[in-house]
Amino acid sequence: MAAHLKKRVYEEFSKVVQIPHEEAPAKKLRLSKPSKSAALHIDLCKAASATDALQYLLEFARKPVEAESVEGVIRILLEHYYKETDNSVRLKIASLLGLLSKTNGFSPDCVVDDVINTLGNEKSHQVLAQLLESLLVIGGQLPESPAVRRRLVQVACKLLSDTNFGVRNKCLQLLGFLGTVETPLTKDGEGPSSSLGGVRDVQSIISTYFSDQDPRVRTAALKAMLQLHERGMKIHQIIYEQACRLLSDDYEQVRSAAVQMVWVLSQLYPESIVPIPSSNEEIRLVDDAFGKISHMVSDGSWMVRVQATKTLGSMLQVSPHFLEQTLDKKLMSDLRRKRTAHERAKELFASGEFSSGRKWADDAPKERLDTNTVNLIASGACGAFVHGLEDEMFEVRIAAVEALCQLARSSPSFAEKCLDFLVDMFNDEIEEVRLQSIHVLREISTHITLREDQLDTVLAVLEDSSRDIREALHELLCYTNVSTKECIQLALLELLKNLNKYPTDRNSVWKCLKFLGSRHPTLVLPLVPELLSTHPYFDTPEPDMDDPAYIAVLVLVFNAAKSCPTMPALFSDHTFRHYAYLRDSLSHLVPPLRLPGRKQVYSLDSVDSGCGSGSVESAKLFLQQSLNRVSTIQNLETPGAQDLLNFTIRDLQRLGELQTELAGAADFCATFLRCQLLLMKALQEKLWNMAVPLCPKQNVTATAAAQQILEETYKLEFLYNGLESRQVATIHHVRLQAKALQLVLTARTRPGLDLLIGSCEKFLQEIESFQRMFLTELPHLQDSFVDKLLEIMPRLLSCKPVELVKILQTTLRQSGLLQLRLPEQIHRATATIIEPTGESDNPLRFTSGLVVALDIDATLEHVQDPQDKVKVQVLYPDGQSHVIHPKPADFRKPGPTRHRLITQVYLSHTAWTEPSQVEVRLLLAYSSSSSSPSSSNKSGWSDSIDGLPPAEAAVEGTIPFSKPVKVFIMPKPARR
Amino acid sequence: MPEIKVTPLGAGQDVGRSCILVSIGGKNIMLDCGMHMGYNDDRRFPDFSYITQNGRLTDFLDCVIISHFHLDHCGALPYMSEMVGYDGPIYMTHPTKAICPILLEDFRKITVDKKGETNFFTSQMIKDCMKKVIPLNLHQTVQVDDELEIKAYYAGHVLGAAMVHIKVGSESVVYTVSVNKFALCHSGAAWIDKCRPDILISESTYATTIRDSKRCRERDFLKKVHETIERGGKVLIPVFALGRAQELCILLETFWERMNLKAPIYFSTGLTEKANHYYKLFITWTNQKIRKTFVQRNMFEFKHIKAFDRSYADNPGPMVVFATPGMLHAGQSLQIFKKWAGNDKNMVIMPGYCVQGTIGHKILNGQRKLEMEGRSTLDVKLQVEYMSFSAHADAKGIMQLIRMAEPRNMLLVHGEAAKMEFLKGKIEQEFNCYMPANGETVAVTTNPSVPVDISLNLLKREMTLGGPLPDPKKPRTMHGTLIMKENLVSSEQALKELGLNEHQLRFTCRVQLQDPHSDSDTLHRIYTHLKSVLKDYTIQHLPDGTVMVESIVIKVSSSAEDANAKVLLLSWSYQDEDLGSYLSSLLKKGLPT
Repeated sequence: MAAHLKKRVYEEFSKVVQIPHEEAPAKKLRLSKPSKSAALHIDLCKAASATDALQYLLEFARKPVEAESVEGVIRILLEHYYKETDNSVRLKIASLLGLLSKTNGFSPDCVVDDVINTLGNEKSHQVLAQLLESLLVIGGQLPESPAVRRRLVQVACKLLSDTNFGVRNKCLQLLGFLGTVETPLTKDGEGPSSSLGGVRDVQSIISTYFSDQDPRVRTAALKAMLQLHERGMKIHQIIYEQACRLLSDDYEQVRSAAVQMVWVLSQLYPESIVPIPSSNEEIRLVDDAFGKISHMVSDGSWMVRVQATKTLGSMLQVSPHFLEQTLDKKLMSDLRRKRTAHERAKELFASGEFSSGRKWADDAPKERLDTNTVNLIASGACGAFVHGLEDEMFEVRIAAVEALCQLARSSPSFAEKCLDFLVDMFNDEIEEVRLQSIHVLREISTHITLREDQLDTVLAVLEDSSRDIREALHELLCYTNVSTKECIQLALLELLKNLNKYPTDRNSVWKCLKFLGSRHPTLVLPLVPELLSTHPYFDTPEPDMDDPAYIAVLVLVFNAAKSCPTMPALFSDHTFRHYAYLRDSLSHLVPPLRLPGRKQVYSLDSVDSGCGSGSVESAKLFLQQSLNRVSTIQNLETPGAQDLLNFTIRDLQRLGELQTELAGAADFCATFLRCQLLLMKALQEKLWNMAVPLCPKQNVTATAAAQQILEETYKLEFLYNGLESRQVATIHHVRLQAKALQLVLTARTRPGLDLLIGSCEKFLQEIESFQRMFLTELPHLQDSFVDKLLEIMPRLLSCKPVELVKILQTTLRQSGLLQLRLPEQIHRATATIIEPTGESDNPLRFTSGLVVALDIDATLEHVQDPQDKVKVQVLYPDGQSHVIHPKPADFRKPGPTRHRLITQVYLSHTAWTEPSQVEVRLLLAYSSSSSSPSSSNKSGWSDSIDGLPPAEAAVEGTIPFSKPVKVFIMPKPARR
Repeated sequence: MPEIKVTPLGAGQDVGRSCILVSIGGKNIMLDCGMHMGYNDDRRFPDFSYITQNGRLTDFLDCVIISHFHLDHCGALPYMSEMVGYDGPIYMTHPTKAICPILLEDFRKITVDKKGETNFFTSQMIKDCMKKVIPLNLHQTVQVDDELEIKAYYAGHVLGAAMVHIKVGSESVVYTVSVNKFALCHSGAAWIDKCRPDILISESTYATTIRDSKRCRERDFLKKVHETIERGGKVLIPVFALGRAQELCILLETFWERMNLKAPIYFSTGLTEKANHYYKLFITWTNQKIRKTFVQRNMFEFKHIKAFDRSYADNPGPMVVFATPGMLHAGQSLQIFKKWAGNDKNMVIMPGYCVQGTIGHKILNGQRKLEMEGRSTLDVKLQVEYMSFSAHADAKGIMQLIRMAEPRNMLLVHGEAAKMEFLKGKIEQEFNCYMPANGETVAVTTNPSVPVDISLNLLKREMTLGGPLPDPKKPRTMHGTLIMKENLVSSEQALKELGLNEHQLRFTCRVQLQDPHSDSDTLHRIYTHLKSVLKDYTIQHLPDGTVMVESIVIKVSSSAEDANAKVLLLSWSYQDEDLGSYLSSLLKKGLPT
């Protein structure tokens, strides 16, 4: 085996770089081709009964057929098709025809005619329908052939008069999928209009089936029309009326499709004018359609309601007059007009009256209604959203909220009007709806200013027990404009209450207050004395600096003070001290302030903030310069190289801390350079000069270095985001070097030849795979370790392991340092565990053997697909560790590159006598083609590195990427 | 023409005592059998003597259907079935069957034990009555007998309320009371097929009201309770035992859960507990939210709501108490009210309407000093709130129901006459609408299509005669005899079955004709003439001096007086009436010269 492998590698290498390795398996498959179709033929001939034949066909369908033999198989199937009398077998054959036509690389144009011919004398409707289905597939495979299409369309038109609904359905599908409208949109040279001359326009054919007796056919006709539209055909406006009629069909599927149809038409011809029946007025089509679809919001079937409500959201061209009607619901009580609760609230707010609804008959109806103006039955757009938002099914309500959002974003005046309704939705009984409406309000918040009474309702939600809701609300408050200082006070009060009730919301609340302050400096100003409880004459006691509530107030005040220079005059002494403290400890929440008498602070801050974008540029430059400097190191053995690397690594690390924008890049470079440094050190150890039997002790450091480099390379590859293939190649290269080092070390410590041969082979394979993977990158790797190895590859393959090791050793020492080129954007995946904080002294007590749930709350930055990758590791004091996969639903995505993991991990253990700490950390799991051999390598060498303690908490294929958090737990023995 | 007759015995232009008689396709059905809360004499129950003066009702009614468990819809049931006498089937849904006897028993206790009335139904009668009940499932079609079928639809309103679709042949009636379109707390929205009934009988209690969003009302309610609790006050909510109480409980329960509140909520004991139990069982009848969360927790297994004990009223700290009765006129709710009235931190929330004269009514109208028995006065310092939660459909809800069912006629019951007028006017813009008073009969003519079976022989014969296959799109006439009792057969078979001989019906007629030729010549000329006119018919000149056109015989005889005046004798059978009359008119015109 080994010899064979070597030979192959050798052959391939000695050839040109072209790699024709795909051919071998293809040849194998081709061999089985004739036997396969023949076997099918024999099987089918053998089949005594229909059941047997069906069985054969079913089995046949499970195996793939290669493209070359498809045609043969189809012919055989067709042959049997004509002979077969049983419907079910013919049906299966028909379905197989479609399945086979889908085979990659097979062009079904040669069988189209044969399949069409089978239609001619088919009696069974089901088989007919199935054949048409197969034709649909064939047609889909031949998008470039107008002749086939025309042919198929003709077939479909002919069979449209079939009595069976299934056949008609399929015909309509075919027409929708393949038909063209007679006058083509683009004037290309096909000229289908002339050739289609005899055939009627596809669209008019389809539209005649709008009034078919079978609802399924009606649906299919509508769907076919929609498909035509999707394919870019111009749908004529004539069918609008028909589509509108179908809105009141008896069957929900028809109504649902009709809603779509009407919507499509309203988007195509928004401005054309349609008459209003029973009057001689005319309105725009989009308005008419809007009214009709609004009417469907009170349909009997909730599916239709959802559909209609969703559709409403995308009709942005509708006139504002109609749009505003959707929020109108005339209230009526004993024929008197009643003001809605919203109106009442607004009036109360306007009049300054505080109490509401104290009296009986407070909402008593006032003016008398003219009975003629109350329109009950044909409501049109009237109150569509009012209905939608009050629907029984929450799906409809969510759809309504979303639609409101879309419409409000495009129309500020509508946004203002729908505010009341959205705020109402904050009290929905279903959490999803509440959450959605909060999000929506945030999205339209640029258009609106909340009134006090509305804010009151909004803030009431802060006490919600669901964390998602509260956080969404904090997010909303960050973006909200409020009108008065009372509002600010109210918001602060409620937020403090929230903080008191749910201390875990601390960060979120502070952040919210930061934005609230910086948005409304002038409204905060008059509140400052009260907020800081200062007094003009008396000194007030200094508040407790550790009180989260006090910090919250300060965050609000300081952020407001940033754009309000008069505010610091109101601060008392301790406030300034607290400012200095908070500016240091919570710098992301507290902005730099120009404070009188604090010049140093001021100047230092100005340096920090003043440089702005310039500093990023200079930092980039610095980064590049350091890299260039490093690249001057030609050889790993150059004197002074180690020092240079050491300094550069230190510089880069510091740079990463200072410039958050470049943290990823700097870290990446530093890690890379550290790998190089380790390699260098390992190679310069004295042990290389020593005789083999003397050195097992010294070996340890070098082995550890090799191991560490390997780990670092995995971190480099998987922890950073935005790498290009060039960098990946570089990383792999370093890994290869580390492996070579390991190999050399193994060879020195263990003279056992068998083991060595295996390792050598593996190493050679890896070189080969490296070459395959980074073929395009090889030119950039000139003069590197791999480059050199590849040059002498033929020799390597033929030489003995001992020789190989020697060659490796020298190549390693001679090869130069690879130059690292930085990609544009590079980010390091990070995770911060917010909860548990690890500060608690109270152990979590639970009965041993049972489980206890630990809440984990973490933010993940720059992690792609965290659902698959991120895991939670729990490390018990006795060394047991335990990896938990969080549910996909536990990940939330608050920002584009940010994820939030809120989950519960279940801990369990046998009894302890003392409370003790478990460590919780997040792991980033990775898997790549090269990671599996590495793990096998490790196991292969494990006996050779006995002296090395297993890396702490090393988990196969995972990188710890958050700081571990310690949690005190105390499993108690069960009481009996 | 067939008619559907509807006669309200109660609830015609009135609220309460719902009882409607429907005659449809020869079947008599009683819809609901309620009592009137406002009366204590005979007017309390519907006037069953309208159906029959003496004797039992069994012979006159095919079935009784109860829509839901409110007493104004089922209160007279034991009276009717046991005291007046009815042994036929009574239909109601499972939850109604479960809760109805509790309410009836309670009602009986109050009337007999508290008010001391005699001549009232007994507990045993309630039990006997319930034995006659056949439970209905939703959307299950029940065949009452061969022709009459009923089907129940979900109606919301209260637990187990149903709309009923009653069908005989192709005639149908939908009966719905108190449909609740917008879901309130615990019941879902009503839904019905597009069944296009001949008549939709609907309530119209809130016919002139279009209500505000339920969410606004809920929020108001919750906000008030929450504020009071936060102030440390106590909240008293007087309720009636069923329906509303459960609704508010669910509302508060969810709110407590949502807001993580800790203050206790108490529910005064009584029949409500039993009812709560049934609510737990019939969870599928409730709305989406409750049905959805049921897997985790049955909403009616209240976590925060506990049974109330008299002594709890003096406990310090905030609490919410639900207590019966709803109008603060007696019982526990009044006792608690007296205890708490003095503190302005406390609050009482009246969730429903209060009858004049009750304390509830007084305080709602702003009275701050109440005279209690024993000439003591009570200062009302606590806050008084009114909250409107009603599960009746508003005008829009009714309209939506109409849209869903698409009835041909509408009949309004269970509402005040003046308000009904308004709705009637609205509906009449689109189709007929009636609002009969009690005892007044409305007859709606229907036009049912009558399907007729055709005998296979006849069909086959027709097929052999008719040549090509019948085109389903074109009507075709055929001959046959309709036997009303069975199906359409050929006339021969019909004759045979009836034991009759076949009779030939022939028409003969004489036509005077001036023709100078001899008889035989005339005949020949007629023959040639007809031959030229009637090309498609077989025309024979028979040797016995007649011309046969199909089966029509033409003879010529000259009159004795005038040799020129010929008399043509035409004779045709009934089947050839068309051709015969045509020929006679043709020949009357004379022959061409």
